Formats: sequence, structure tokens, C-alpha cells
Amino acid sequence: MKPFSYERASSVEAAVRTVAATPGARFLAGGTNLLDLMKLEIEQPTHLVDVGRLPLGQIEATADGGLRIGAMTTNSQVAADARVRAAYPVLTQAIVAGGSAQLRNKATTGGNLMQRTRCSYFYDPSKPCNKRIPGSGCAALGSLAKAGAILGTSDHCIATNPSDMGVALAALGASIETLSADGATRSLTVGELHRLPGTTPQIETDLVVGEMITAVVLPPPPKGGQIYRKARNRASYAGGLASVAVAGGQIALGAVSLRPWRATRTEAALASGATPTEAVEAELAEARSEGRNPFKLALISRLAVAALTQAQGDAA
Amino acid sequence: MKTKITVNGQAHVLDLDARTTLLDGLREHLNLKGSKKGCDHGQCGACTVLVNGVRINACLSLVAMHDGDEVTTIEGIGTVGNLHPLQAAFLERDAFQCGYCTPGQICSAVGMIQEAAQNWPSQETGDLEAAIALTDAEIRERMSGNICRCSAYPQILEAIRDVVGGAA
Repeated sequence: MKPFSYERASSVEAAVRTVAATPGARFLAGGTNLLDLMKLEIEQPTHLVDVGRLPLGQIEATADGGLRIGAMTTNSQVAADARVRAAYPVLTQAIVAGGSAQLRNKATTGGNLMQRTRCSYFYDPSKPCNKRIPGSGCAALGSLAKAGAILGTSDHCIATNPSDMGVALAALGASIETLSADGATRSLTVGELHRLPGTTPQIETDLVVGEMITAVVLPPPPKGGQIYRKARNRASYAGGLASVAVAGGQIALGAVSLRPWRATRTEAALASGATPTEAVEAELAEARSEGRNPFKLALISRLAVAALTQAQGDAA
Repeated sequence: MKTKITVNGQAHVLDLDARTTLLDGLREHLNLKGSKKGCDHGQCGACTVLVNGVRINACLSLVAMHDGDEVTTIEGIGTVGNLHPLQAAFLERDAFQCGYCTPGQICSAVGMIQEAAQNWPSQETGDLEAAIALTDAEIRERMSGNICRCSAYPQILEAIRDVVGGAA
């Protein structure tokens, strides 16, 4: 790791002010992704502002019948919450499909959303990567890697967003609340948080420097069955090759794009009476396979159709 | 910077480079060599310790993040003369070959049993609103963050099964 200074934030307001005012500063929550990348010197912050103990660790009911999940709740805490399990089972299923128990015990809700979108070439400093060094090229294009994205990609990046939790949040229509250094707060949907790569894949989210996620807000659960399905290389503790979250008529796909991919075309097709197969085909019409990953088209297609069929059966 | 930390019941004040991970702090500065450095990236689980009773990867955490925390390492789980039931079961079932992953496996199992007792779900949990039953599939899934290069997994499962009881 490169040298850095460390401080524990005294308040959310102080944390966002410090990170905004200090070049090279970063928020540190659970640390499970940031410290890993710092060891590899892919991330080289000069100052860490530890926000892990800020009073954002609660899960509260909202007036409209949803839940507000504090950004510093742990992944394990959210997955185990009785209200989440009863009303948002797709969220619990997605969280426990990600990482290991040790990681979920440390990783936070806000940190999970802010983990780096990545591929194996991002992790390999001997290879060009437009996310690590803008303009250096993309070693993943045309490579032997099988994990590349197929939706919303560009000629500059085909990494995938690794979050399982984010896929469920996208399907549930969840929003994030943020605070900026000037005191401004705003709300944006989880689907809007991550940018598509275009020519600037190093910019992963819509947040500005010093802007911090303070909560994730779940609207009341949609009517209908909920399910999370994930396909991967091992039975446990492996990133997804493809995943799908279904919450009633709302669907999101994972491990196929640089963001949790809300499948709006599938949703529209289903709403007009299409079969699950037709509805998934509508979403994948513009999918772009690359090198060794054409299998992902078939995999995500079959997985999504199976999940939709199962969710419809559960709801019936 | 100064960090107050209690390890296995003993209070310490550490004043270390901010880069020092909890794992390196335990091993190199408190001379507790039981927690092992395997991958150093949270992939193998050999560094698993309990922080305020919850299992985490000590390699992916900084000492500075643990001011005021209570850490339990394998040295605090049991002693040669007073083995923890999991330690005794690992010996009885021969649940290791080289032993390098064993401290992490046992600390992880201690945390895992507590998580199940609090009814925390896993991806093997079918009914999210029912009480957790620690089936073999549940135990394997909940221990998937701990890798055993010697592949003593069947014996590790048997040892944990001996302690938690119940049928497979």
C-alpha cells in the first residue's frame, strides 16, 4: 500500500466536507473492496475518512410502507432483517449470494454500491485498462476473458458491476439518498447511480467528489413473486456470470453490464402480454457479445426466463 | 495514530503506521501468530477473527478502524489444557492436514454457529421466515469463505457437525 493518513469522521457533514476539500481523499466504510485494491496499488488514496461508525446503521419503516436502510448497515444485517426477509426476499437472496459471510459481516450497504466495477484486467497492472489509466486501452476486448459485459458496453470498457445486492435493489426500484459538501441532499434511483462507460469508463457513478450515500430507500414491495437467481463458476463465493432479480413485474439483470441492468424492455413486453421468452429476447436484442463471452447471451436468457417463470408460478 | 484495542481480553494501545492491517497488527505487533496470512485479499479465510463477536477477514481491515473493539483470535478461543469444543472436534475428526487454515476455520465456525443461532439466513436457506436448521448444506455454504488447500472439507464438516449436533 502507498502511504496515507487516516481519520475517523465525527459526523456525516464533517466527512463529506473533508473528502471534498482534500485532494486524494476517499471514504472508508467496511473496506473490503477499497483496501483490497489499495494493496494492489490500483487505488492510491492519500487520505482515508473512516465513515464506518457514523450513525447510519439503522433500518427504519418509511411513511409510505417502505424501508429506509442506513448506508452503514452491514450486508449481513440487511439480509437478516425480519422486515427485509418478509417483504423483500429478493434482497436477502441477492445479498447472501454475494461474497463470503466474513465479507458480508464487514461490507456496508453504501460500500457495496460504491465497490469498483471491474474485470480481471482491471486487477492486472501489467495490462492496459481505461479505468485504471484513462486512454491506455482495454485488454479485455478480444481477450480470453469470459466475464465481459454484453449490455451498455463501449469500445473502451466491458467490465461488469459485481454487486448482487444492487441487482435486487434495481429490480425493487430502490433509491439512494446522498449528502454533498455544500449541504445539498438528493435522491436518485439505484438504476441511475452507475454510468455507462462511453469514452470515460474511469467515471463509474453519477456522484461528485465528496458526495456520500447516506441511505437506500425501498419503496413498498411490488405485487407479485420475488426471486434472485445467479449462475457462476462455483457453488458459492464466486462472482456471477449472470444473475437476475425479479420483483413482481420489475426485472433487473446482473453481471451483464457496468451497472445493475433494469430490464425495462422485458418489463414492457411482459406488461403487454408477451411470454417470458419473448420478453427476455426483447431486452437482449441489442446485446453485444465479445471474444469468448457469447455464452453469456444464452446463459442470461435462460436464467431470466427461468426466474420469470418461477416468480409467476410463486405469485399464482 | 493510537488505537485502543482489546485482544483476547487484554487491553492494548497500538501506535502504528495507518497501513497496518488488523492481521499484521495481531501477528507482527502483538505476537499472536495463530491468525494466518494466506491470500491477504479476503479470498481464503485463513485470517478470520472475531471482532465484537462477529467473524471478519483480518487482512481486509486496518488496526486503526478497530479503536475500542474487542478482538478474539484462535489464541483466545481455547488453550492446550482447555480446548474449545470445536478444537477438540477438529482433533478428534482429523479435520486438517497441514493445519494452516485451521485457526481461521475454527474462528469462522465459532462465528458461524452464533450467526445461525441468531437465525441469519444463507443462500441455502429455503424458507426465509422459518428457523434455521444447520443441515450439511447450510454448514458447507456458511463456511465457504474458508478454503482448505489440503481439502479436509469432509472432516471439517464432521467436526462442526459434532459440535452443533443434529442430523445431516
